Amino acid sequence: MPSNEHVRFIQGNEACVEGALYAGVEFFAGYPITPSSEIMEHLARRLPRRGGKFIQMEDEIASMCAIIGASLTGRKVLTATSGPGFSLMQEALGYAVMAEIPCVIVNVQRGGPSTGLPTQISQGDVNQARWGTHGDHAIIALTASNHQDVFAMTVEAFNMAETYRTPVVLLFDEVVGHMRERMVLPEPGQIPLVERLRTSVPEGVDYHPYLPREDGRLPMSDFGGVHRYNVTGLYHDMWGFPSDNPKVVHGLIRHLVDKIENNVDSIARYKAYYLEDARTVMVSYGATARSALHVVESQRRKGQKFGLLELQTLWPFPYDIVGEACGRAKQVLVVEMNMGHICAEVKRALTNAGNVFLINRLDGVFISPTDIRQALRLIAGRGV
Amino acid sequence: MTIRKYLRERFFPHMWCPGCGHGTVLNALVRAIETMGMSRNEIVMVSGIGCSSRITGYVDVHTLHTLHGRALAFATGVKLSKPELNVIVPMGDGDALAIGGNHFIHAARRNIAITALVMNNRIYGMTGGQYSPLSGCDVMAATAPYSTIDPAFDVVALSVAAGATFVARCTTYHVKEMIDILRQAILHEGFSVVEILSQCPTYFGRANKLGDAAEMLRGLKEGTVPVGSEAKQKNPALIERGIFAQQEKPEYCAEYEKIMQRARAGRE
Amino acid sequence: MSRTRLVFSGSGGQGVVTAAILLAEAAVLRENLFAVQTQSYGAAARGGATRADVIISADNINYPKVNQPNILVCLTQEAYSKYAPIIRPGGLLLTDLRYVKIERKVEARQRELPMYDSVMEKIGKPVVFNICMLGALIGLTQLVRVESILSVLETRLPAEVVAINRQALELGLTLSQTARPRVA
Repeated sequence: MPSNEHVRFIQGNEACVEGALYAGVEFFAGYPITPSSEIMEHLARRLPRRGGKFIQMEDEIASMCAIIGASLTGRKVLTATSGPGFSLMQEALGYAVMAEIPCVIVNVQRGGPSTGLPTQISQGDVNQARWGTHGDHAIIALTASNHQDVFAMTVEAFNMAETYRTPVVLLFDEVVGHMRERMVLPEPGQIPLVERLRTSVPEGVDYHPYLPREDGRLPMSDFGGVHRYNVTGLYHDMWGFPSDNPKVVHGLIRHLVDKIENNVDSIARYKAYYLEDARTVMVSYGATARSALHVVESQRRKGQKFGLLELQTLWPFPYDIVGEACGRAKQVLVVEMNMGHICAEVKRALTNAGNVFLINRLDGVFISPTDIRQALRLIAGRGV
Repeated sequence: MTIRKYLRERFFPHMWCPGCGHGTVLNALVRAIETMGMSRNEIVMVSGIGCSSRITGYVDVHTLHTLHGRALAFATGVKLSKPELNVIVPMGDGDALAIGGNHFIHAARRNIAITALVMNNRIYGMTGGQYSPLSGCDVMAATAPYSTIDPAFDVVALSVAAGATFVARCTTYHVKEMIDILRQAILHEGFSVVEILSQCPTYFGRANKLGDAAEMLRGLKEGTVPVGSEAKQKNPALIERGIFAQQEKPEYCAEYEKIMQRARAGRE
Repeated sequence: MSRTRLVFSGSGGQGVVTAAILLAEAAVLRENLFAVQTQSYGAAARGGATRADVIISADNINYPKVNQPNILVCLTQEAYSKYAPIIRPGGLLLTDLRYVKIERKVEARQRELPMYDSVMEKIGKPVVFNICMLGALIGLTQLVRVESILSVLETRLPAEVVAINRQALELGLTLSQTARPRVA
């Protein structure tokens, strides 16, 4: 049993804050928006106590830009928002992809499009996280269904941002963000942290900020340090200077995509419940995975071979893992609160896409076990 | 010449058109920096998108070439994160005051110690000569074939009203004045704005029949007067040059230091 | 106790959300139970019927919302009208005698207690109405120990207001013990 001082009873947004602090966040810039504002409120209090910086910017565009600037000075950086703000961040998110700036962006999803349903749950931004910014690129997006995992995935997001020199999106949702539940604060060191990899190239020796090492990582040099280089959103050479040389352009876009897509297995995080002999496999993530697990456990108690694959890494999509988990199932039920963002990917992962069904809700009401059971009856041809 | 160490000479000749004023700004900027003897390692230059923004590529300091209009937002992150760095943000007129107008007034409001340069040639050069929020009325441009009806911002008045604590104007003709003003702006402990009237003979000059670069520079010479001069009272069409505001007010990063002390003192 | 689902309802400013958080926090932090707490947000939380849900359980809770509460607390007539129909048969309905007039019987134990009037009479501060309600609820259900609530109150509140909160909690307990069950 964990000692009392490590047990917290907090909102998911606070669990995210605890995870970010554990990971060593040093800079936050943001703009208030429901249902994510608690993240910035807590960091406004917590960061200055430990020498970190907090700033409320004039909008989400500026927030995203400010964290990129701060990251270049060597800090671990975070911003948090929800749908409309996430839309505003897309251009600078693409900049962070292109210029390979480690940063973490939280999107506590609410109903969209537009202002939508500000205080109610949706998971409608899954494809926006993947393709919201223009141009070919790869992205990492993580999610979680409970506060312990919100904490862990937040730490993972910072680790992956440093490892791959990339923005990482945390796609939480209103239910997880606002709900209060128990969370046990891990001891320092319990979850390993990835720190900024800085170059060992000494002063006066040519440093290449955009030349990957053999292991694919790119050591950085902080602004203010001895290496003066250029950072740009244009296609650029290994020194960071603009280039439209076709070889340079091709090499960079391949590098940006491959550094993520070639590491799908290392980036994939998921939880498997009762999958060994499952004939019906549910695939879900975020808060909806809680309702799915509720149904899976009650079906198991009735002797029905149900299982759940809870995805925590949404992008890059772990096609092989999903194929393995669902390949032998009689039917696959994707439970999500959108019009089938992940369901489409699950179908792509499987040879028999005809067995894949979407169970969703789009009206801002959190999908309940009753909703799922009703969908099960419909799929089985038994009516409501 | 010691100023050459501030330049990335391998990228010369620069990409600006013959007669463009931006090269003059580059020249004055590195000379201003040189007079202060600042280490190149403690300077960060942040720019947005446009002809003017390419200035960062030529200066051998830490350079961040960002998004159209967003340079001040990126710069705010750099400065607040590491206040000991000198942050200089060269922008174009459209970059600073159209797409970047909101960031501009908020950076000024915070009085964060960043030096903002508005290289005002009254036109979008990079995209082919469209009018900007500083073009003013009755100007011909690629997107104003029948002339503009949009009044211009007064950058000086706007900056002062928004809270900038050092506000100045100079021109590419008055280079020595520009060096001196840039030096003072960089040394100022607060948000400083320097509007630099510059010439774009390729688009603004051609579309408005203002002649070549030399004639446009003559226009800057004859069309401007030092701030407070009598000539201005006789001829209100003249534009004043010089320092319009210079005052000490709490600087944002210094104030945040106090917040950190307050937070530590009151910790749980 | 395996699992208890509660809904606290009333109007904004009565402290029903705070009461829900205190109860759930006491269960988690002082009794090592599992609990989740949810509430309505935004425009719904700015006037009209406010609602906070709590589930307390000996084991992990997946689905976090309450559809049919075992325990329903209503502190206004509007909240009563809106939520009384969702109570689980055999559950407990706790209402304030001053604010709620019971209109029809539900298939549940019903307790009408003069919580608000007692707070005003004995303490004179309406701000602790919600704590008195919590005391009454604990007296009726023994969901968590009184000391657990007190201990959470002491951690959360400035020292100078702990005393009146303790007084309100004890007042609620006393009320719960003197109450006569309403004949169903």
